[in-house]
Parts: sequence; structure tokens; C-alpha cells
Amino acid sequence: MAPLLLEGSMFYFILNRLAQSLLVMAVVSAISFSLFNFVGDPVNNMVGQDATREQRIEIRQQLGLDDPILVQYQRFMLNVAQGDFGLSYRIKQPVSQLILERLPATLELVFASAVIAVLTGIVLGVYTGIRRYSWVSKIIMSVSLIGVSLPTFIIGIGLIYLFAVHLRWLPSSGRAGVIELGGWKTSLLTIDGWRSIILPAVTLSLFQLTMILRLVRAEMLEVMRSDYIKFARARGLANRAIHFGHALRNTLVPVITIIGLNIGGLIAYSVITETVFQWPGTGLMFIQAVDFVDVPIMAAYLIFVALLFVVINLIVDILYFVVDPRIRRGGS
Amino acid sequence: MTNLLEINNLSVDFPSRRGQVSAVKKVSIGVAKGEVLGLVGESGAGKSTVGNSVINLLEPPGHISGGKIIFDGVRIDQLSNEEMRKIRGAKIGTIFQDPQTSLNPLMTIGKQLSETLIETLRISGASAREKSIELLKSVGIPYPETRLDAYPHQFSGGMRQRVVIALALAGDPDLIIADEPTTALDVSIQKQILDLIKSLCKQRNLGVIIVTHDIGVIAEIADRVAVMYNGQLVEQGKVIQVLQKPKHDYTKSLISAVPSGDQKLNRFTVVDYIDGSEEKVAMKNVGDHWLSKNKTSKTHDTAVLVKNLSIEFSIKKALFRKNRIFLKAVDDVSIEIKTGESFGLVGESGSGKSTLARLIAGLYKPKSGDIQIFGHNVLQKSEKTKTSLIRRKMQMIFQDPYSSLNSRMTVEDIVSEPIRFHRSTGNAIETAKVVQDLISFVGMPSTSLKKYPHEFSGGQRQRISIARALASRPEILICDEPTSALDVSVQANILNLLKDLQEELNLTMLFISHDLPVIRQMCDRVAVMQNGRICEIAETDKLFDDPKHEYSKHLLGLMPRMDLFRL
Repeated sequence: MAPLLLEGSMFYFILNRLAQSLLVMAVVSAISFSLFNFVGDPVNNMVGQDATREQRIEIRQQLGLDDPILVQYQRFMLNVAQGDFGLSYRIKQPVSQLILERLPATLELVFASAVIAVLTGIVLGVYTGIRRYSWVSKIIMSVSLIGVSLPTFIIGIGLIYLFAVHLRWLPSSGRAGVIELGGWKTSLLTIDGWRSIILPAVTLSLFQLTMILRLVRAEMLEVMRSDYIKFARARGLANRAIHFGHALRNTLVPVITIIGLNIGGLIAYSVITETVFQWPGTGLMFIQAVDFVDVPIMAAYLIFVALLFVVINLIVDILYFVVDPRIRRGGS
Repeated sequence: MTNLLEINNLSVDFPSRRGQVSAVKKVSIGVAKGEVLGLVGESGAGKSTVGNSVINLLEPPGHISGGKIIFDGVRIDQLSNEEMRKIRGAKIGTIFQDPQTSLNPLMTIGKQLSETLIETLRISGASAREKSIELLKSVGIPYPETRLDAYPHQFSGGMRQRVVIALALAGDPDLIIADEPTTALDVSIQKQILDLIKSLCKQRNLGVIIVTHDIGVIAEIADRVAVMYNGQLVEQGKVIQVLQKPKHDYTKSLISAVPSGDQKLNRFTVVDYIDGSEEKVAMKNVGDHWLSKNKTSKTHDTAVLVKNLSIEFSIKKALFRKNRIFLKAVDDVSIEIKTGESFGLVGESGSGKSTLARLIAGLYKPKSGDIQIFGHNVLQKSEKTKTSLIRRKMQMIFQDPYSSLNSRMTVEDIVSEPIRFHRSTGNAIETAKVVQDLISFVGMPSTSLKKYPHEFSGGQRQRISIARALASRPEILICDEPTSALDVSVQANILNLLKDLQEELNLTMLFISHDLPVIRQMCDRVAVMQNGRICEIAETDKLFDDPKHEYSKHLLGLMPRMDLFRL
């Protein structure tokens, strides 16, 4: 067994990454804190036009806006660490509660589209990588170009027109069939819920699906040219063993990186998709917050997205360990 | 006796946009059980293509366009893919050149072995494990039970090639095709691997085809040899007969081009059979030329002085220093290279010879020690400008001519870049003139200036690298294995060119090679390196005739014994 603190041990590796993640979170929280000071005067946003001078001063004191900036930052950080992001200027409810209410919708949407993108992307990528010259591959590759080149909102509107307006198979917007399950509002347990998630999930996944497909295909072509594939053929192994036992696993390391980054991208793109489909998630909430200069929500959303990115990247790093023994670097 | 494998009039074509390229033209060879056939030729001779067509793994669009391949009495060149797959591994095993790349890096070797065993022998997983241990033992891997669960990167190059051999033997084949099995390995390991192949061939009564460019390997292992040139078989016969009394002119020149380790010759013998392989070097009276101006070396007798130089690389990092592990790549090394001298550095891979060269060239920072170039301590931080002036006097030529030239620049841009950077000419017209001269000094036509690197062969690219190095008007040339990626005939040309340049321009040369005969021909003095330390420094002839250090003796003993065959 390797000593605990050596590089090469998983513990050390994760510790290292955690430290980097903390740094990222500190920087992001500093930026979101600065939103309060640079995006308009919060007092103006909170009180009506006819508020008196005294009322304004009272609110300033309540919010601690007269304290030195570092004291304010410290208070902000302490609150954030306890999950307290303050009150929304507009709705006058705790921001953390608002986010928690809306989080399940976004996470379910992102999860559904990630599953669609990863599964379809890898399967089609492997197929087009192996059957490079077949007609089906050529058609898949041409169609996939549409996925990269069309913006999400156009695809979304197109799908709504086709499946909701024209064919009337699926609902055009909103999140139906929500069931409360121990504090988590899910729409994945009812047929209505499934019907309403299909269009936004497909829309959101299309870009990532294409990226994964093209990456897996390119990696597959590269790996199939390598010496160890040739040597595997020379040993008389069956095609199935060569393609899935040897080639696919070797394509996975770069693919995992991109998938990790792209799930972050899914969350970012979900802002647009949620707006198009009026999906009641955090992205839609963020857009509405921007309209009303609702700074606490914007700041909290920023920190929340950064946290998701950091967590996903940490998971990706751990997955490298699982997939590639060379990164494990045991004694040799 | 009928042969195990019989190839009759085999032709292989590669269709391309400019018409058919015949890689193999009507080749007929055969190999019997218990016999090692050497298939020798230079790059592009079609020798690997013959091997690949036997197992039907030609790179598309290559295909067999004529002839027959008969294995064990059955014609196999027309079998379907699925039928052929059953022959591969089970009847014909293959060993490829580079053990670094021929094993799947993400799979334990035990898994790769048992997978192959289960496929070819149709046995159960448990007995496959037993058999794997047996196989690893038979190819000489110590502690096979524990090594089964190791990944390829945990083995050294030689051990990895043993694993590859074990994999090739897994299906208990009758024929082994080994395609350059030792080219990527050190001399000492080369000998072990060749001995292993030879003994397996005798023990198991296997037919073996060794495809190689190295006549030394043939002399070491083969019973019979077939020589290929330009897709054709020019000669075949018993090894002793072919090497001692070659009938064909090509074989003659190929054998004579192998540098000799036993005596010093004035020039390398050039393979004159290949058309236009020797471009005449048009370099006379360069004393007045731009190249020879601006010399500083005349005032110093010592070009490079290295004192107690050390560098270590960390191979295991840790939070606490006591847990870290360092590799001493260069360990307390002191050498002195005189001005105008050709100094050789020899050792196996990992001995630290390239690292030492890079330290001298300033590409690495040493941990301790001193480097003086023309009397100036280049490690002193206080005199940075002077140091960079001195550094300019030193140029490197790298091993791989394919990756050391920028593929998006024309040859003219590549060669003129150092001149333009240092502003060492008066104007653009003079620069163009100097570049013209440089390219003709290295024996290339001036039409090549407008071309890009990919349009040239390996030898020509190495000439371009040399021209680029000369463009900085160096006085010290560091050559790091400049010919080990090249064919023998091309090697002779490049080495002759370097010798001529050194004489004409009075260059100081640090010449790094693992190839002892080459060192003997090129160098005045040699240092032998092992594990980062210098074992012995001696005059070249003295070292070769009377080595003092044990390791030098060991290295010299590994030189291929070509002299047995020389008349």
C-alpha cells in the first residue's frame, strides 16, 4: 500500500483538487459579492419612490451597508457558508429557499439531457467510428452538423412547432405532473411529467450530443489506427472484443473530460432552454432576476453554478483514476 | 521437406491518386519449421508489407494483386476475414516493433494474455490464468504470478517486448512473424530478445520470419536471409553465404555501409547502388565565407568545460521531502571538450547522455556544478547578455528529423530564421545568398528552398536541420543521435557530411550515440556513461582496443559481430 500522502495515492490527489476547488469558490464568491456594490443601489431597488430619507437610512443600517467593505464581505461569506443568501429584493423571500424550490426542475432537466447526450453520443460515435464509410454513418455525420450549427432557441422553437403545435403530441411549455417526494418535487414519476420534459431535454442535449458524438468518433478512428489494435487483430481477437474491450475504453479519457465540462455547459445553456419552454427552473429564475436587478438571486445563482462546475470536475478527476491506470501511478 | 510457409510470386499494390504503387513485386520466399528467415532491406523496401500480407493485415487500400501464400499446405491469401482471424494468433503469431505501443495501456497484461488464450485455445478463465503464468515464465519474466496484474507501463521496454512475445506465443502458433522486434530496444536488451526468439524457435520447432533493416540482427539470429530492395527480392540464401559472398550489387553495398567497429576508416562507405543517394558536397574554401567570420574560438583551447555537474528529476512528489524520490539523471559529471575536437558520448537509454547534452545546451538548469563555454561561466546570472552571445555559438541537431522541423514553414524560412533573428547579415539580399550557400553546403539543390519539410525524406530533412544549425554560425555542434532514425545508406551520407563540415569549419562537436561503430568512426575521444555517471573517458582507439572499465567492456562485447562475415 502506498503511504497516504504520496502523490499517486487517490487521497492526496483528491485533497489537492479540493484545495483548488476552494480557491475557485473563493474567487467566484468575491465576484458575486461585488455585484451588490456595483450593480445599482440596493436600497433604491428595495424601497418605493416615495420613501423618506429616514426610511432609506434605516434600511441602509439594517443591511449594514455603512460598514467597511471587508466587514460586509466577511458577513456575506459567513452567511453564504451557512446557506443564507439574503432576501430577494423582488419577492422578499429568502433566496436559498427560492433556489431550493426551483432546483429539482433544473437538475432533472439537466440529468435527462445529459443521459440522452451521453448515451446517444457514445453509441453513435462508436458506430460511425467503426463503420466509417457506411451510408448510415455519413447520414449521421451530416445530420449532426445541424446540432452544432443551430442555436438552442431555434431548435427549441422548431421542436415546439413540430411536436406541440403541428402534431400536438407533446405539451409546448411548462412542467406538468409534479409530485412531491420527501421535499423533492419531481416530474419524472408521471406520464405527464415525462411528456413535458422530453422536448426541453432533447433541445438542451442536442449540442452536447453532437460534440460527444464527434469526439468519440475522432478518438475511435485514432485508436483504431494504433499499434495495440493492430496487435490485437494479429492475435486473432474477435471484432467485438477489439472494438469494445480495447478501443472504446481507450477513447474514454478525453471523452470523460469533455462530458464533464459539457454537463457544466448544460447548466449554463439551460437558462435559454428554460426560457423557451417556460420551464420553472433556476435558469428561468435567473433571467427574471436579471430583468428586475434582483442582485441576491443573481449572486446566489453565480455561486451555485460555480459550485456545480467544481463538483462535476472533481468527479471527472476521480473518474480518470478509475479509467486510466497510468494516472494511478503505482510503483513500477 | 515442404516448407511451413511458402510465398510464391507475391505482389502487393497500393492504389493512389497518381496510379498504382507496387510495394511488393513478385517475391517468392519460404520458411521451414525450426528455421529463422531474415528479411532485410531499407525503409520502403516492402519487407513489412510482405509480413503484413501473410496475416492479411495490409493497411487499406493495399491489397494482394498476384501470387500465392501457402501455409501448412493450405492457400491462405484468399480466405475470408473470419477464416483468416482464426489463423491469426492460433497458427501465425506476430511481434511488432514498438513494445511501448503494441500493448493496450488500460488493461493488465494478465487480462490481455487470458483474453487471447480464451479466444485462440478455447479454454476456461481459470486454466487461462495458469497458462499465462507458464507463458510469462517461458519468456523469462520473473515473478509471473504477481506480474500478471501489472499494467504495461509498469514494465521496462525489454520486459514489455517479452510480454509481446508471450502474447504472440499464446495461441501456440507454428509460425512467428517478428517485424523489427528489437529496433526500439537498447543493444544489451536486443541481444537478450534475439536469443529468446532463437531459443523459442528451436524448442518449439517454430518457423520464424524476422523483418529488419539491421544486418547486425540478421548476422546474430537468422539461418537464411532474403534481401529486398524497392519491392523486389534481390538475393536469398544461407546467412554466411549472403553476408560473405553477396552476389547482388545492392547486398554488397548494404553490407559495406554498416560502420565497422574494429578499425577507424577515413570516411564511411556509401551505398552507391541507390541512385543519387550521395549528393556531392560543394564546399571548398569556406574560410572566406560568411560562415567562418565572427569566430571567438581561436583564443580558447577548451570549448566546453563541465565541472561536477548534477541534475535530478523528481519521479515521486510528496508533501514532505523525505518521502520524495529523485532520479539522478546526471550525477557529478566532469568533462572537458577541446576546441575543434569531436567528443563522443556513449551509453544505453536512460544513462543520462541526452540530459547531459541538454544541460550543456542550456535546455535544463543543473542542480549543482559549473559549465564553462569558451572560458565563460554560462550559469552565472550576472552576465546574461554575454551568456546569450556565447550560447548562440552552440547549436543542436536532434534525433528525429520528422518532428524537429516546423512543417508549416518553407525550407528557406526554416534556414533563414536564425539569421533574421540574430540580424547577422547586412540585408535581405545577403540573407538569401547565405541561405543558398548553406543549402548547397549540405548537399541539397537550391530548388528545395521553396518546398516544405514533408516533401523530403528522412535523410534530406536531417540535412535541412544541419543547414539550420549552421545558420547561427555555431562553433560547437551538439548532435543527439543524429542518424539513429535513418537507414544505413543514408546514415553514411549524413555522417560524412558532418565530418566534412567539422573539418572545413573547425567545429567542436559533441556527438551522442548508442551506436558504438558510429562513435568509433566519428570521434576523437569518447566518454562512456551509465546511470548518470561517467565510467571512462579515453581516446577512441584506446577505448575500443583496450577498455578499462567493466561497463565499457560489457558494452563493447555487445557490438554485433559483423567481422565474422567480412572478408
